[in-house]
Amino acid sequence: MSQLIEGILEAFRLIIALDEDLLHIVFLSLRISGLSIIIGTLFGVPLGALLGLKSEKNTRLASKLIFTLMGTPPVVAGLLIYLLLSRMGPFGVLGLIYTPAAMIIAQVTLATPIIAGLTMVGVRSRGKEVVETARSLGAGASLITWTVIKESRIAILGAVITGFGRIIAEVGAVMIVGGNIAGQTRVMTTAIVLETRRGNFELAIGLGLILLILSFFINSFLYNFQKGGRSN
Amino acid sequence: MVIYKMNNKSSDYKVYFFSFLFIVLMLIMPTGCSRIDESPEQAQTGQEKYIHLATTTSTYDSGLLDFINPVFTAETGIAVRVISLGTGAALESGRRGDADVLLVHDRSAELELVEEGYFTDRYDLMYNDFIIVGPAYDPAGIQAVDSVTGAYMIIAGSGSKFVSRGDDSGTHRMEESLWNKVGIETKGRDWYYSIGQGMGDTLRFTNEVLGYTLTDRGTYEAIKTNLDLKVLYEGDPALYNYYGIMAVNPSIHHHVKYNYAMEYINFLISDTGQDLIEAYEVNGTELFFTDIRID
Repeated sequence: MSQLIEGILEAFRLIIALDEDLLHIVFLSLRISGLSIIIGTLFGVPLGALLGLKSEKNTRLASKLIFTLMGTPPVVAGLLIYLLLSRMGPFGVLGLIYTPAAMIIAQVTLATPIIAGLTMVGVRSRGKEVVETARSLGAGASLITWTVIKESRIAILGAVITGFGRIIAEVGAVMIVGGNIAGQTRVMTTAIVLETRRGNFELAIGLGLILLILSFFINSFLYNFQKGGRSN
Repeated sequence: MVIYKMNNKSSDYKVYFFSFLFIVLMLIMPTGCSRIDESPEQAQTGQEKYIHLATTTSTYDSGLLDFINPVFTAETGIAVRVISLGTGAALESGRRGDADVLLVHDRSAELELVEEGYFTDRYDLMYNDFIIVGPAYDPAGIQAVDSVTGAYMIIAGSGSKFVSRGDDSGTHRMEESLWNKVGIETKGRDWYYSIGQGMGDTLRFTNEVLGYTLTDRGTYEAIKTNLDLKVLYEGDPALYNYYGIMAVNPSIHHHVKYNYAMEYINFLISDTGQDLIEAYEVNGTELFFTDIRID
């Protein structure tokens, strides 16, 4: 119990002191997961919209696959990317292993199915009505797709934030492909694992609390958003 | 649709807010990812020099490398990027060419891999020793025993819990070789917990289940203040734990920074490096020793 209280105090000490190493870790986490979510959105939204607009019957297998991939354990994605990027792997010549780039690739792999899956559900729920209206107004295929994406934006943004929440909190993948190198590839979650392993429970709890506070803000936005969506 | 849009001014505002949030994220992104484009070769000639050191959790988690590496970097300008893994995983990452230099502790496996050509320039760098820790009241009564094999027999016979790293680390390999020596099959025994975690995690687990475990002295000393575990057996020569340092063979992996790796190795085996290892203490206890005599 005293360690828990010490941990909470440590978190406040860390936040107040604005320790340079800590800031680096926090911003690296945000950058890696932020860039991953942008790339994941670029892949996931068009894919989800495409599947959501097709009839449910024709996309049954694809939907099941995406829903399954939404639950990929991060450590499995990490291992897969590790084997691909390792020096002896097919993309070894790129020298990406143990770099932030490798971590981004792993997180994109995790985020894309989540964004695609949730986008698909969102588009499907609203898509038909939008498509028919747009068609009746004489829109072409590409304009129809764009209109559907625009009209499903609440669901899509929800999908994006859900994906972000998942990858900023995952540790399995970034630990394997990033290597948790101090000042290079150490992010919040891998730092927490290290400090726990080292027995610095107070610091680990402190870091965990900071991660939770960040998550709280991100999820507060998501919550407001969903409320806005429901009100109509 | 028109009605929907009219009622949704507030959500439009949120859309703008999110767009703004992500643009801000995008803007701060490039600074953090500038290192991505740099290839090892460019780095070798460019301004930032570094090597990847794959090592065991025991050397890194104990704080030894945080103590030594800054001195090396100040002297040579070469940064050491440390990846701490179990010995098995560290050897594998080196064999695959994902690191430049290795600091691990499984002497026979190291010599074998040097023989196979994956590694070169191997030196016995330092040693520490393994100890058996357990609850202070020593339920199995191993304190009275005078050999490690004896202690193992007593634990197995007493029904007390024994916690194994089970992660193919150097410590795990040492523990298994001792079980083999006493001829006890641990697989499937209900008192034998193979948990597949690092040393710190294993010590904490052992602490919770009031069991015994084999640990390197360094990790135990580093985190013992958070534990109720006591050293219950120590001192058998069979428990000495030798750390080797070696470079990834550049003739197998052409991309490795062999020259920098050798600078690091030469630094550690020099008098300066060896003195630093001897000087490192945790809670007033020296953790690693350099006066190696191997028969």
